[in-house]
Amino acid sequence: MTDKSHDPNQMTGAAMIVRALIDHGVQHLFGYPGGAVLPIYDEIFQQSEVEHILVRHEQGAGHAAEGYARSTGKPGVVLVTSGPGATNMVTPLTDALMDSIPLVCITGQVPTHLIGNDAFQECDTVGITRPCTKHNWLVRDVNDLAKVLHEAFYVATTGRPGPVVVDVPKDVQFATGTYHPPRKSDVHVSYTPRVKGDAAQIRKAVALLAGAKRPVIYSGGGVINSGREASKLLRELVEVTGFPITSTLMGLGAYPATGKNWLGMLGMHGTYESNMAMHDCDVMLCVGARFDDRITGRTDAFSPGSKKIHIDIDPSSINKNIHVDVPIIGDCANVLGDLLQVFKAEAKKPDIKAWWQEIAVWRARNSLAYKKSNEVILPQYAIERLFDATRGRDTYITTEVGQHQMWAAQFFGFEEPHRWMTSGGLGTMGYGLPSALGVQVAHRDSLVIDIAGDASVQMTMQEMSTAVQYELPIKIFILNNQYMGMVRQWQQLLHGNRLSHSYSEAMPDFVKMAEAYGAVGFQVFKPADLDGAIQDMIKVKRPVLFDCRVATLENCFPMIPSGKAHNEMLLPAEATDEATAAAFAGGKALV
Amino acid sequence: MNQPASAYFLEERRDPTEAHTLSVLVQNEPGVLARVIGLFSGRGYNIESLTVSETESQKHLSRITIVTTGTPMVIEQIKHQLDRMVPVYRVVDMTLTGRSMERELAMVKVRGGGDNRVEALRLADAFRARVIDATTESFVFEITGNTGKINQFIDLMRPLGLVEVSRTGVAAIGRGPEGM
Repeated sequence: MTDKSHDPNQMTGAAMIVRALIDHGVQHLFGYPGGAVLPIYDEIFQQSEVEHILVRHEQGAGHAAEGYARSTGKPGVVLVTSGPGATNMVTPLTDALMDSIPLVCITGQVPTHLIGNDAFQECDTVGITRPCTKHNWLVRDVNDLAKVLHEAFYVATTGRPGPVVVDVPKDVQFATGTYHPPRKSDVHVSYTPRVKGDAAQIRKAVALLAGAKRPVIYSGGGVINSGREASKLLRELVEVTGFPITSTLMGLGAYPATGKNWLGMLGMHGTYESNMAMHDCDVMLCVGARFDDRITGRTDAFSPGSKKIHIDIDPSSINKNIHVDVPIIGDCANVLGDLLQVFKAEAKKPDIKAWWQEIAVWRARNSLAYKKSNEVILPQYAIERLFDATRGRDTYITTEVGQHQMWAAQFFGFEEPHRWMTSGGLGTMGYGLPSALGVQVAHRDSLVIDIAGDASVQMTMQEMSTAVQYELPIKIFILNNQYMGMVRQWQQLLHGNRLSHSYSEAMPDFVKMAEAYGAVGFQVFKPADLDGAIQDMIKVKRPVLFDCRVATLENCFPMIPSGKAHNEMLLPAEATDEATAAAFAGGKALV
Repeated sequence: MNQPASAYFLEERRDPTEAHTLSVLVQNEPGVLARVIGLFSGRGYNIESLTVSETESQKHLSRITIVTTGTPMVIEQIKHQLDRMVPVYRVVDMTLTGRSMERELAMVKVRGGGDNRVEALRLADAFRARVIDATTESFVFEITGNTGKINQFIDLMRPLGLVEVSRTGVAAIGRGPEGM
């Protein structure tokens, strides 16, 4: 019999949590203390292996962890208290669920005997977070804690990644029990994500690809989540087949923007050539994307003449919005590897010269064109200049949500995966600034820029204080048009130009705001001053708020109007008031 | 047809709907039923009937039988959405297998006298319903069968003095020697 007091695996619940983080290789933790997590914070205080980043609001912790996860491929870890700490995490958890980002969120809970009593800072955390997590647990016994924590990391990071919550009552944190390192039996036997694609389906896919006359590859965030190998294999597939490739917002960077087969992003604000290629193709290979409504446009007119192959790790993504002919369930890298092998052994590069000629005609429409000005900075121009200034640098981009996000996706070219962090599925304004924090924590010496809008950035502005505290030199590049631009754009297009509450009548002075936080502020009005200011911003080794005053009424084109198909895009050159009004169902006069 | 101005593509779907019976084998742990029900309410799926009980206590397994309706695409979605939940072992579409039996149990209280009382007893006998409680002015019948048979019995009892009904919901199992 061993003396339990000397057993190194005997420890408190709070100590188990920190120990489990270390065992899972966690180096950084984003959080905010409170009554129900004090024992865990006490343990964090007494160690140095895990660095804790103190945010200013729990939502900031969540988005920072998302940026951290998205840019590293490792899970982001969050620690918050019960009640409001947990409810403030609902937005980032939902965001992570929609975009398949691995997060492990540990929440404190009131002591077990008070659960259900409406105790101070109590909420039904597992109930509230059930629909916004991949899975969650309430741990009532300290001896279950190690198993649950290990399972949480496993569930978050395997299969289709996603957020998980482990809710730990305060008495469980204080109680002593037995810890064990991660082991296979920690996971539900019912949880068995499929990684390897079905060989027969892969053969069918290769046969379709080999016979294609007008093929297109449509890749998504799943390729990024699958890891660098998946992006490498995707590039090889494009090389071997010679097929054109487009990508969703979430998939940018998997194939390089300078690659010769790149069509640009697809979807509502995608390029004309990519959407036309999607519409007119005869074989579509969808890799790690989910036929989201921003991608498909009108579903009954979506790519009507094509055979569709869909590679996805989540069976529930198959046939959800669009019926596909050859579904392949598995991990992108795994399936792409097998598919390439079969293609190379059994198929030749199809001759698709005629298809490329058609694409060239669409491309010549220059759907991203905009009118430049010497007087005011066009938002598109600002992003082009920012992109130009950061070429060849080790750069990571995050965004908020709105027009600036779409312009960033259109005008900033990504050469590598994991360089682009944006809230795609949930569309969370306020995502970009804390996300940039998380990216910078993981990549201390890299250039991390949040391309922001003036409205979004004010939703999580308080995290500038975190950036200053931890000397995280994030650059917040605000395209300031003084409007909620995308809201206004829709009001102009769909609601008779009645700009209901989409104008910020009291804009803060972002330069003074930066200074108040102890950061650096810039403000630019004229195109001629832009390049110099961007260079100065990059040189500063401190957090920056960059107030880039842009044309106030510029709108984001091209665009697929609601209820329309891919081949009914509205191009910028054609987006006169009359054409725009006619393009929208029940069109109203635009001013 | 003009649709209202919207940031979403509004489409009316008019595919015919079908009723399916799903058997779902789950780990019996706190919150598992809430997860399943939350999935249905959160994604706008229908629940016509839901029956749940632990079936193998040593392995902590529960079996949930759900009768749902939807278009074939929605039914497919429901099965995949259920299957990807962490505590779900298996989802079997009993309707698709075509080799399943469905039963539910109902307790039916009927109050009345005279000819109605005699008629209720006679019908109960025809439906093989048992009398499990009786007073001089009422009966409680216990009846098992598929949903259609029970509906029919209840309809017949209505004019004879139906007071209330308690039903278990559908349980289903496949024919033949194989388990699910």
